[in-house]
Amino acid sequence: MSNAVSALQGATYQGFVTVTEAGLIGMISIRGDLTSKPLLKALKALGLSVPAPRQIVTSKDLTLAWMSPDELLLICDHSAAAQLVQTLSSALEKTHALVCNVSDARALFRLKGAKPDQVIMKLSPADIATLPTGEMRRTRLAQVAAAVWRSAPDEISLICFRSVATYVQGLLETSARPGSELFETAPSSS
Amino acid sequence: MSTRLSKGGRLIDRAKRLNFTFNGKPMQGFAGDTLASALLGAGQVMLGRSFKYHRPRGIVASGVEEPNALVGLGRNARFEPDQRTTTTELFEGAETRSQNHWPNLDYDIGEINDAFYKFLPAGFYYKTFMAPQAAWKHLFEPIIRKSAGLGGVPKEADPDRYEQAYAYCDVLVVGGGVAGLAAALREGRAGKRVWLIEQTAHWGGRTPVDGGQIDGFEACDWIKTTLQELEGMANVTLRTRLMAAGQHDHGYVIGLESVGDTRPGADIPRHRLWRIRAGRTITATGAIERPLAFAANDVPGVMLASAVRDYVVNWAVSPGDRTVIVTNNDDAYRTALVLLDAGLTVPAIIDAREATHGALPQEVKARGVRVLEGRGVARVLGRKQVKGVEICAQAGEGGAIETIECDCVAMSGGWSPVVHLWSHCGGKLIWDAGQAMFRPDPERPPLGADGTAMVQAVGAANGDLTLAATMGGAGLGACSSDEAPMTPVWQMPASAPVALRFKSFLDFQNDVKVSDVQLAAREGFESVEHTKRYTTLGMATDQGKLSNINGLAVLSDALGQPIPATGTTTFRPPYTPISFGAITGEAKGALFQPLRRTPIQSWHEAHHAHWEPVGQWRRPYCYPKSGETHREAVNREITNTRANVGLLDASTLGKIVVKGPDAGRFLDMLYTNMMSTLPVGKCRYGLMCNENGFLMDDGVVARLSDDSWLCHTTSGGADHIHGWMEDWLQCEWWDWKVYTANLTEQFAQIAVVGPKARELLNRLGGIDVSREALPFMQWIEGRLGGFDARIFRISFSGELSYEIAVPASQGLALWEKLVTEGKDLGVMPYGTEALHVMRAEKGFIMIGDETDGTVIPQDLGLTWAISKKKTDFLGKRAQQRPHMTDPNRWKLVGLETLDGSVIPDGSYAPAEGHNANGQRNTQGRVTSTYYSPTIGKGIAMGLVLNGPDRMGEVIEFTGEGEARIKARITDPVFYDKDGEKQNV
Repeated sequence: MSNAVSALQGATYQGFVTVTEAGLIGMISIRGDLTSKPLLKALKALGLSVPAPRQIVTSKDLTLAWMSPDELLLICDHSAAAQLVQTLSSALEKTHALVCNVSDARALFRLKGAKPDQVIMKLSPADIATLPTGEMRRTRLAQVAAAVWRSAPDEISLICFRSVATYVQGLLETSARPGSELFETAPSSS
Repeated sequence: MSTRLSKGGRLIDRAKRLNFTFNGKPMQGFAGDTLASALLGAGQVMLGRSFKYHRPRGIVASGVEEPNALVGLGRNARFEPDQRTTTTELFEGAETRSQNHWPNLDYDIGEINDAFYKFLPAGFYYKTFMAPQAAWKHLFEPIIRKSAGLGGVPKEADPDRYEQAYAYCDVLVVGGGVAGLAAALREGRAGKRVWLIEQTAHWGGRTPVDGGQIDGFEACDWIKTTLQELEGMANVTLRTRLMAAGQHDHGYVIGLESVGDTRPGADIPRHRLWRIRAGRTITATGAIERPLAFAANDVPGVMLASAVRDYVVNWAVSPGDRTVIVTNNDDAYRTALVLLDAGLTVPAIIDAREATHGALPQEVKARGVRVLEGRGVARVLGRKQVKGVEICAQAGEGGAIETIECDCVAMSGGWSPVVHLWSHCGGKLIWDAGQAMFRPDPERPPLGADGTAMVQAVGAANGDLTLAATMGGAGLGACSSDEAPMTPVWQMPASAPVALRFKSFLDFQNDVKVSDVQLAAREGFESVEHTKRYTTLGMATDQGKLSNINGLAVLSDALGQPIPATGTTTFRPPYTPISFGAITGEAKGALFQPLRRTPIQSWHEAHHAHWEPVGQWRRPYCYPKSGETHREAVNREITNTRANVGLLDASTLGKIVVKGPDAGRFLDMLYTNMMSTLPVGKCRYGLMCNENGFLMDDGVVARLSDDSWLCHTTSGGADHIHGWMEDWLQCEWWDWKVYTANLTEQFAQIAVVGPKARELLNRLGGIDVSREALPFMQWIEGRLGGFDARIFRISFSGELSYEIAVPASQGLALWEKLVTEGKDLGVMPYGTEALHVMRAEKGFIMIGDETDGTVIPQDLGLTWAISKKKTDFLGKRAQQRPHMTDPNRWKLVGLETLDGSVIPDGSYAPAEGHNANGQRNTQGRVTSTYYSPTIGKGIAMGLVLNGPDRMGEVIEFTGEGEARIKARITDPVFYDKDGEKQNV
């Protein structure tokens, strides 16, 4: 679909970190028994395995996150999502599982810069300083649900629901305004 | 008179002069000054008028405990009343105003209250103005409100921004004095994640003023090296200007940071509210000096002894040329030494103790200062400024022995540990008779979730008042002058007659005197909590930091019981006032609360939608054209939809997928009707009730496949219903194989409604939407004009209607395509009000209108949607209870006004007679009421007693005021009863 658009169409803000809505992204919700053979096999075929609790792993173009004891989130290209849903659904046809395309139900933001933690610290009650690379934290940003993880050095990614993308962008912009840094350097978690 | 000294002042930078004004008068201070030190330095001793008696007042303290020296700060939108000058840092251009006087500070009409003090005792309001009743509201209260009270209220919205932040640590150390520094150092060296916070801008607490040696170093050097070591630790966070307001359960501490107070208008947050989770809190919050209760102890120039030396040492400000010190302890002698070192005069030290032998008194005596032992102050002379003191025997009744001229009185009644944080979560106190103070009881600390101590008190906050005791507690050696025991003095002189007690202030901010507390005791107030409320002792913005212990000591004495038997009042957060802005944080303006937006929201905005809030969504109510009223727009939208074709953004509709081998069984339990038998490809309307049988949600269910269903819910109910499903699946039927997913936001959903709807969809092409290919109450999937669409043939309007779901990313494009393609068909968007009217014309119920949490489906004539075959569903049993099967439950009917008018929302139908409460009996009420442009008159639905049996009967409904509106009871379906239009 050529005229498909993400919630904020790549809106960006330059504060003490750069806030960017990441545009269209593919997301697939997988619910099922995370130890079942068909699921393991279906993931293996994609080069993936079930992440440990709260972990998020990447393999080539695919990222897989543990969401709950019976739920995973597969992140992929927006254009690849529909086909992946079909592939996974077929592979899991004989087992009790639910695979849904949730790409358009969400918005993805990236915080780039030296101090993305400080933006999250203002909005989320999670202990962000101790969040290791490779872990996704499901939390809230002010009044809405979100999931955050360290997606690259000097970068935090976060997912929220599409309908509140404008609200979240507003939160991130307010929190990233120059002059409102919490620390000169990031506080240590040790 | 107070003045700036020519040298000294460890906190000020004389190179940086700052201009400010007091009551419009230009003054100058230095960088590093507080407002208080700058005002004193500029010679301003009197700063305001008192709360009740309008007595002149000046600065008493040098920190958070200050009761008097509050000013209005700033102007217009940035005006803020009651700013404590002792903790507000001076900044360039600060505008300050004194409070609580009229017409001005020097000449105040309200001062007459002071002459009538005998008529304004404790409980004055409770005893006076009792009759006539109406006079309180209209006469007494307005006058009292004008006369009492502190600062004015800002009248404009706060232009500043505020924020919050969360922090975690193993150990939170509150207080950056030497005890806090030592604690942070110990914990930091142990590798703990430490936060050390200090409410002022400076480290070291009182020690730099009071001096001494720590660990073999001069105290100031020790502070400096300790700070350096802490700053070098990656695991330690140091923060000044951050006040710990409250210690809450689970190690949750709220703190207020001053970020931009000294830079008004700068593009930075003014305050930041910290929400800290601490494994353990160490309170190193120090102690506060107590005043002494002698007559006229509130005259400007009477200050705490510690504050006097703070002003000299920290800011090079002399509170007076001649300072008389009045004390019951050795510590206050330090003030004399500081004053002498600064070249100021100490005419005498009045010591209530019979004899003084301590090292400090010896040192002071050796420098030639008169020390009058066993003496007290009978009264202070002067009104707007201290002129002298009358000396008496402390043991006596206040007969003056001599008068000493002075312009400052430094008083010290001993010290009280700051136990607030210790006490907030239930830490207990013990009475330390030797130092006459309550201190934390280490045996009864506040307990954390694991049952161990959550808070530890150290240093002066723990009752270790001397430097040696404080540092000893931290395992460090320290030395300072030895101090001899103090003697408690709660009233000066001990047998002061009533005339003196009437002027001996305990609570300066609320004007509570010794005589008031004694009166309360005589009148039977034995509990300290009751006395507090009766006299207002400790109820002002300073929360009694100076007055509490003195007040309860006076109360104990009046009741003839020891102080511990009286106990303290409750310590509650916040420690000092925190701004509403900080509590609000980012949640104001556009971020006040999340506003959910559909994928088509921007189009609605561009087309001037008038909005209606639905949950956290904002949906178009109607789309008024220029010159059109909302009512006219709604009528146009309805008429056009019924004649041509209308578009509704139905994206907010809840869409929950339910899948699994037990999904059918699960839905049969959730809905009142049967969903398991619904064939794949078909849709069925269903009702959901809660376990009490009350109707909770409704919507169309579509069967997607053998083992999956899509449940549409109401817009406002989607999240709740999804949670409801998961609750039953996770907590009750955990062994059922069912998965759910809330896909509400995955899809944009557009209702294409009206006789020309089919033609419009045909123009897009790709899917056959003919009557044969897609009959009523079925769905179909495919590519509609290039869009990935699932089309439901369902109708909430009674017209030919399709609801098209596409991925949210494609929603706006589809909407715009429909608008373009349907131009010559007369396509128009319609809003929620048109939706409401059209569904009411069809007699369809609306959750929240026809239901209010007390209505069951049977009340609404929906028995057809309640399965009789199913053995169970949620609500079934409840609906069989006698009250639910009562034939007298009000039932849904249609209502048609005889004169064509619209019955007001919420109208009741009065019945004969009155109930036991004298209220008019009723026989029904309106649930939905609209003007129907289709019928051309007012239509309504309502719940009416025996309604369905009274078809054709005319009953009355309440109108505006006493008006009554006649309406005929009808079938609720006003339009196309046979459903021919939706079935074409």
